[in-house]
Amino acid sequence: MNARQDGPIPLDAEFDCASGEVLALVGPSGSGKSTLLRTIAGLYRPEHGHVLVNNEIWFDSQKKINLAPQQRSSGFVFQHYALFPHMSAMANIAAAMGHRAPAERNRRAHELLALVNLSGLGQRRPAELSGGQQQRVAVARALARDPAALLLDEPFSAVDRATRQKLYVELAELRRQLLMPMILVTHDLNEAAMLADRMCILRRGKTLQIGSPAEVMTRPKTPEVARLVDIKNIFEGRVLGHDHDRKLTSIDWHGQTLETKYSPDFLLAAPVSWALPMEYVILHRPAPSEPLPHGEQQNFVSGRIVEYVELGPNVSVGIALDGSNSDDRSPLLQMNVPTHVAHHHQLGLRVTIQVSLLADGIHLMPWEPLRR
Amino acid sequence: MDWTALILSLKLAFWTTAVLLPIGVVAARFFAWRRFAGKSLCEALLAVPLVLPPTVLGYYLLVSMGGNSAMGKWFESIAGHSLVFSFSGLLVASIIFNLPFAIQPMQRSFEAIEPDVLSAGACCGMSPWKIFLSIELPLAWPGIVSAMVMTFAHTIGEFGVVLMVGGSIPGETRTIAIAIYDRMQAFDNTRAGMMSAVLLFISLAAIAVAYATTGRYGKRV
Repeated sequence: MNARQDGPIPLDAEFDCASGEVLALVGPSGSGKSTLLRTIAGLYRPEHGHVLVNNEIWFDSQKKINLAPQQRSSGFVFQHYALFPHMSAMANIAAAMGHRAPAERNRRAHELLALVNLSGLGQRRPAELSGGQQQRVAVARALARDPAALLLDEPFSAVDRATRQKLYVELAELRRQLLMPMILVTHDLNEAAMLADRMCILRRGKTLQIGSPAEVMTRPKTPEVARLVDIKNIFEGRVLGHDHDRKLTSIDWHGQTLETKYSPDFLLAAPVSWALPMEYVILHRPAPSEPLPHGEQQNFVSGRIVEYVELGPNVSVGIALDGSNSDDRSPLLQMNVPTHVAHHHQLGLRVTIQVSLLADGIHLMPWEPLRR
Repeated sequence: MDWTALILSLKLAFWTTAVLLPIGVVAARFFAWRRFAGKSLCEALLAVPLVLPPTVLGYYLLVSMGGNSAMGKWFESIAGHSLVFSFSGLLVASIIFNLPFAIQPMQRSFEAIEPDVLSAGACCGMSPWKIFLSIELPLAWPGIVSAMVMTFAHTIGEFGVVLMVGGSIPGETRTIAIAIYDRMQAFDNTRAGMMSAVLLFISLAAIAVAYATTGRYGKRV
């Protein structure tokens, strides 16, 4: 599908999803992800674009084709489920079976209730079901239409954390049985990483990057994507050289030479942006008595702790590099340290600390001015 | 007891309610879900009968439906009799007067339906007509019942507009409210009291039916 328009909701998005694949549309509030889902279902009509499902045109602005939602066989799970409150769970599911013979509907509704682990609760109305049970009815109702595509609009946002974990497992199991494209809208990166085969990062209606969760979250195309996938360490540097033999690229970062992943596409002396996920920042022991392991020999950096916030099992630490002054342009390296480790090493504000930045985690991107 | 006046009142209330039911549903859905320039003005105009003294409204209706008005002339040319001081005129006035009583409760209940629920109906493959019958009507039902009861009860008790537009012609325009007034003018307290009691009973019964219906329905939803 693709959709383009200038307003009122700006859109410039394009993506595809294969049968049996889960594609997560991820972005902050107002990034147009729900609008794109609604465009597929026929609940929203952008100015330009097309929606093609199993070689059937559902929408094509050029050919002036725009099938009504009733003519598109999509299964839609709404954010707050949008169950019919005056109908039982069974009736909600059967309501989407207009394409089946009346005699079949009851049997199929029972099958779907069993599929979503709700056998025996068919006669309950939505108000008599818990949030998780309502979500299951909504999924069963979406599947009742025998859809060509399953569309899920933030389906886990209205349930508590414990229920959500359970529903993740159920959806992951369910998807193995479904041979249709599934598009999941979410603003939760972890949710997308857990459930999706590919992620599509959106901002202001524009597709910024599509790829596997691992790829998008460790190799963002631009600093903007890096910020959206919540990488805290995004800095600027300058390319010093490419070592073809060791498969490493060197950059200058505030007078310090860092070795990074081999990225020969970047020109020598060119400014670059780079991102480093926090798990690639390694804390050194204060006074090592043994030789440093290989990882700790890489990109040795020393600094002073200027942010120290305990958040349950982890401590969020901000490190000002040695030699940096207090102006806004000074880089502040962020890392997470398990709380017991932080206590063991007596970390705290103004404590001097040494870390290594693992070269494998340093990802170079086209230069963009930093936004702080 | 003026049975003719009571039957006339019930007849007027029945037809007013019957005509306003479809008009109210269509207008209520329109105002609930459509956005257009001048919507607030239209809604304000519809609400005018709530605050305007009935005699003032009656006066304007009398002038606009009278024999010299375009509407009055047109009606007389096809019906053969004048619109004012007739049951038809009374019905037209009663419909206009009751518009806000019919539309507002229905509009509120259509507004209360979550838009995604209707979208879900479309995504389930339901036709617009099926969505209306299977989802909108059942969910808006308490508001619709409430609007019908209010319209019915309000029409039975209406005095000012009916007197201005219809006068007090027995069997044609003398409703029970006017009959009570006539009896009081004639110092016939017994019959006025009896008719007032009947009116009170009908009003209470109507409200009780509305509450019972919507209350029971609310529990089911």
